[in-house]
Parts: sequence; C-alpha cells; structure tokens
Amino acid sequence: MASVAKEWREIPGRYNLQGTKCENCGKIYFPSRSFCPKCRRDSIGKMTPVKLDRKGFVYTFSVVHEAPDCNNRQKPYAVVMVKTSDDILLSGQLVDVEPENIEIGMPVRAVLRKLDADGPAGIIHYGFKFVPDY
Amino acid sequence: MRDVAIIGIGATKFGELWNKSFRSLGIEAGMKAIEDANLSGDEIDGLFIGNMSAGRFINQQHVDALIADYSGMVTNHIPATRVEAGGASGGVAFREAVMAVASGIHNTVMVGGAEKMTDLDDASINSVMDATADAEWEAGMGITLASNYAMIARRMIHDHIATREEIAAVSVNSHFHGALNPGAQFRKAVPIETVLKSGAVATPLGMFDCAPISDGAAAVILCPLEEAKKHTDSYVKVSAVAQASDTLALFQRDCITEFKATQVAAARAYEMAGITARDINVAEIHDDYTVAGIMAMQDLGIYKTGEAGKAFLNEETHFDAGNVAVNTSGGLKARGYPIGAAGLAQIVELTEQLRNSAEARQVKDAKYGLAQSAGGNGSAVTVSILEAI
Repeated sequence: MASVAKEWREIPGRYNLQGTKCENCGKIYFPSRSFCPKCRRDSIGKMTPVKLDRKGFVYTFSVVHEAPDCNNRQKPYAVVMVKTSDDILLSGQLVDVEPENIEIGMPVRAVLRKLDADGPAGIIHYGFKFVPDY
Repeated sequence: MRDVAIIGIGATKFGELWNKSFRSLGIEAGMKAIEDANLSGDEIDGLFIGNMSAGRFINQQHVDALIADYSGMVTNHIPATRVEAGGASGGVAFREAVMAVASGIHNTVMVGGAEKMTDLDDASINSVMDATADAEWEAGMGITLASNYAMIARRMIHDHIATREEIAAVSVNSHFHGALNPGAQFRKAVPIETVLKSGAVATPLGMFDCAPISDGAAAVILCPLEEAKKHTDSYVKVSAVAQASDTLALFQRDCITEFKATQVAAARAYEMAGITARDINVAEIHDDYTVAGIMAMQDLGIYKTGEAGKAFLNEETHFDAGNVAVNTSGGLKARGYPIGAAGLAQIVELTEQLRNSAEARQVKDAKYGLAQSAGGNGSAVTVSILEAI
C-alpha cells in the first residue's frame, strides 16, 4: 500500500493544477519541473509556480473498457487529452457526460474529484478530472 | 570500433506456455543460439538480458544472475547485465551487446530477451504495462497504455493521417504473416472485419488492435565480423544500432501522431549503415498496438505521412509484394509479445530473412533488414539495421 507522503507531496499539481513557468523563455510546464529543458542553466532559479487555466477543449479521447483492477474506476470510463487555454496538453478522465456525446473540440474544465482508492481501507486519491463546460 | 556479426540465433515458441518457467524459456532460446553458432558456450565472455518486469511478473529480480547461473555461464564467471527499457528492453539490450563487441571490451557475447507474463492474472499484467507510461501523471489519472495509443489513433483519424480501416490493416498484415511462422503465437490469418468488430479495449481500438500477453524468449550470439567465418557460413552483419529517447508522458509532446524518438533513431541508423530508407527490404516494427505500426512506417521514412495505412490496407507490406516486407514474423501482434523478448525476436526474424532461411515467408533477395523496438509511448526507441553477407 502506498504511503501518505506519496499522496500529499503531489497535492499542488493534482488539486490545483500548479505547474512551473520558465521566466527565461516563458514556457509553462505541467507537471512541475526544476529547470527548463530548453533553457537549462539559464533557467536555474527562474522556475516559478504557476496555476494552469482550468478551461480548455478536448484534443483527443478514448473510452476505456479494459483496465487494471487497481485502477478502481467505473468501467467503461472516458479519458481525454485536453489543450488548456494556456496551450498546455493535459491527460485525465472526462466525467459527467455520456461517452457517445464526447467529441474532439468540445469545451471542458478541470474540477477536483476522487480519482481512486487503495482498496476499502486505504488512502483515497483526489485530483483533477474534466467535465463538459457548456 | 570494429564491425559486428550475428553468428547464431534461437527462440522459443511464443504463447501461453504454462509448462515453462522464466528460466527454462531463457535457457531454451540461449541453447538454440549457441548450437546455431556452433559454439561450445565457453567462448562467450559476456551476457546481456532484455527483460522488462520479472520483478512484478514472477517476483524475481536479478534475472541477469539467474540466467548466467542456469545457462552454465556462471562457471566462467562472465559478466551478466539485465537491461530494462519498457517494451524496448530487448532492442536496447541488443544495442548494448553490439556496442560491447564493437568496442573490443567483449569478443563473443550472448544477448537474450525473455518475459514470463502468464503467471500473473490479466488485470495485474495490464497494471505492469501501464507502468511503462508515466505512473504518476498518466496511469495514476486512469490513463492506460492502450488508451494512450487509442487517443493517438483517434487524433490520427481526425487529422486524416489514417482511417480506422487502415489502422486495423496493420493487425491483418501481422496475422497474415503469423500464419506462416511456426514460432508464432497466433497462426491464423484474420479478415479486417475481425479486427474492426473485436471487443473494445480503449475506443477506437479493440482486442485485435493489441498485441497479446505472451511467454517466450529469444537470443542471438555476436562476435567481431572478421571472426564470424571461423564459426559459421551463415552470419549477418550488424550495420547499425541506434537509440533515441522522448518524454515519458505522451501529453508532454508537441505532436502525438508521430514518435520523434523513432525519427531520430532511424536517421542515426541510416547514417551509420550508409544507406537510406529506400534500401530496406524487410522491416520488423513494434506493433504492440496497430496504430504504432502506422506511426513506425512513417517515422522510419519508409512511407510518407498519410501513406503507411494505405500500404497496409493494399497488402503492399506482404513478404511477397515486392516492397518493404513488414513484420514477416507476425510482429508483436501475431508472433506474440513477451515484452523483453520482442526486440530480440525481431533480430532473429531479420537474421532468418537475410540468411535466406525464412521458408514459407522468405522475402526474395533481402539485403537490408531493419528492426524498430519501442518502449512505453515511444519514450525509448531503438532502430537496428542488419545486412546480408
């Protein structure tokens, strides 16, 4: 069973979509990086936390029918890659919509939801999922 | 650096091999390769093992020591090294072994790949596969490896790079060849309808778009090219071993319908071999998901973007079509996909083709063979080129 520390140290990213921005070139990274792969040495000390825009649109999607048991979600479930308004690609689940109504280009926003749980007595994992943004 | 030759090959049948353990599979492939190379085994001074996850599949780490022990090579105390790079474990192990001989540090090396998957239940196996993507930011968010490839496929169809039928045709091609390979897990050709109507795994991909769960092992013996004749008349030259990397998570890329790692590794490999994509006669590509086959043929520069799918659908990829023959072994889809063994099984198949011993699926006058092995969502890719002597 995973430790609690494994959970809470990722809270800024998972709950708040906090990534990092390279103040040298302006590029935003999610999840956070300690330096900018493009600017390297020039970015050291210049990576600042930044919250991503929670709104975006569906870039691509899939409905998952086969998944591991430890991936304790209600099958089938939809996953998406979302392009946020900051032009960042994110992956996650899309909920509160019937799979047949999902299409590329549809507007969505990130909300905080329960992701998964380590069995009936284990840690409950929370994080972002996407919902339609009509 | 000196030129390197493949002087022996061996592989087990791939499939659900209930009566065979990890160690028995590894030894069977290795023994066949030693016999094929006309060696006693004493000549071998280095051992490399491609293996993705014996730790999770059979709860055994340190499989380098295990194979060195049960192959008898431990009596000479030769170094044994296990290599892991997700689905590219076999391809990377092959490259490490070739470099070891090319550098002069080793002289005669065995490189094997093995995976024993069926001792674990299907759901747990999926969990191991998903861990080759980003465990924290993909698998932890509900993304499966299959769904990442499915999202690539969806976008590819949206961008008119390939149709659903063209993507499905990759599986049809692999099954067509698998029927001709006695070592293949699935020896049955399938019509495209079977692929299109197969149960959904991650839409739009179904069961027949995905490589199976398999047990198996494959091995090859390497030595300096100038010494190859001492051992055998049927050897092939290793003309290039190239490797490239990319982000672990698919969503971190600027473009998801191509694998930059394949493009970069291919460019390096063609340069090393002194050839271009046009010179390739037979290619073994990493079709763990059908859509990956389309990407591979385009990223290798063998087909332009938007053309690979048509080639599969029009059966231009068959062994006897006179073009680049693709996955004559049956590929990962029909030959089987014991993960760490896959990259070596590709090398075994190309060697068979280049020494003209591929029987019912023999490509006529094959001079250059190319193998592409990929890990995760193209986060590690090797491209190797073999040449007939």
